[in-house]
Amino acid sequence: MKPINEMKVTFLSRSANEGFARAAVAAFAAQLDPAVDELADLRTAVSEAVTNAIVHAYPDQLGTVVLTVKLFENGKIQVQVKDKGRGIPDVKKAMEPLYTTGGEERSGLGFSVMESFTDRVRVRSTVGKGTTVTMEKYIAPRVKGRI
Amino acid sequence: MQLEVTRESGDLTAALIGELDHHAAADLRQRIDTAVLSCRPRRLIMNLERLTFMDSSGIGLIMGRYRLMVSLGGEVRVAGATPRMERMIRLAGLDKLPIWEERKSEHETHQ
Repeated sequence: MKPINEMKVTFLSRSANEGFARAAVAAFAAQLDPAVDELADLRTAVSEAVTNAIVHAYPDQLGTVVLTVKLFENGKIQVQVKDKGRGIPDVKKAMEPLYTTGGEERSGLGFSVMESFTDRVRVRSTVGKGTTVTMEKYIAPRVKGRI
Repeated sequence: MQLEVTRESGDLTAALIGELDHHAAADLRQRIDTAVLSCRPRRLIMNLERLTFMDSSGIGLIMGRYRLMVSLGGEVRVAGATPRMERMIRLAGLDKLPIWEERKSEHETHQ
């Protein structure tokens, strides 16, 4: 299925961009007329994925994060967060709840929150090359038509 | 990200205002810990009511303050969590800790 609309932004892995990324996704996704709670879930999931890239992909340097959002006719929103950082050696382990390499002030919940707040999460990672997190969320149809 | 700290008897209340993410957490952590270490409260109450956003960085912040307060012989209470925040707190298993302002009082009334 082809998306009905698509946007892509690239930004530096500065933590100040976590807020920018979730605001950008929310503003774009607003076209599908999501409910307040659906949008809040999406914002939270995006924040987790972008924070992972900022904290883990580029721990000692700045790199670029590419955020792509696609909207589909059936109400699906696909968000992709892509970095060219150090990669995840064991994706399965990284996705275990409470597992973290981020020190004791990180909860290790990032992937659990993404899985809980969206409908599908896929992670592709190559050590030394980078990581791509793709999330999908379906916006429930509302009484009024969309777009 | 704003922080309002108030002290009443043995309680220190930290009201968090704005968007709590990884970007805001480090500075917030430092400001809360400075307040805790300077007045050594019996209880630290983290009030989430005026947060307009929180991701799992907030859970990390609560877990870290819980550890700090326990190491000082005190307690942490979380107040004003939205259902979304509660979902994250449950994902972290923190709901098993005695950190709930409301739930604890409900429990006490039923005893």
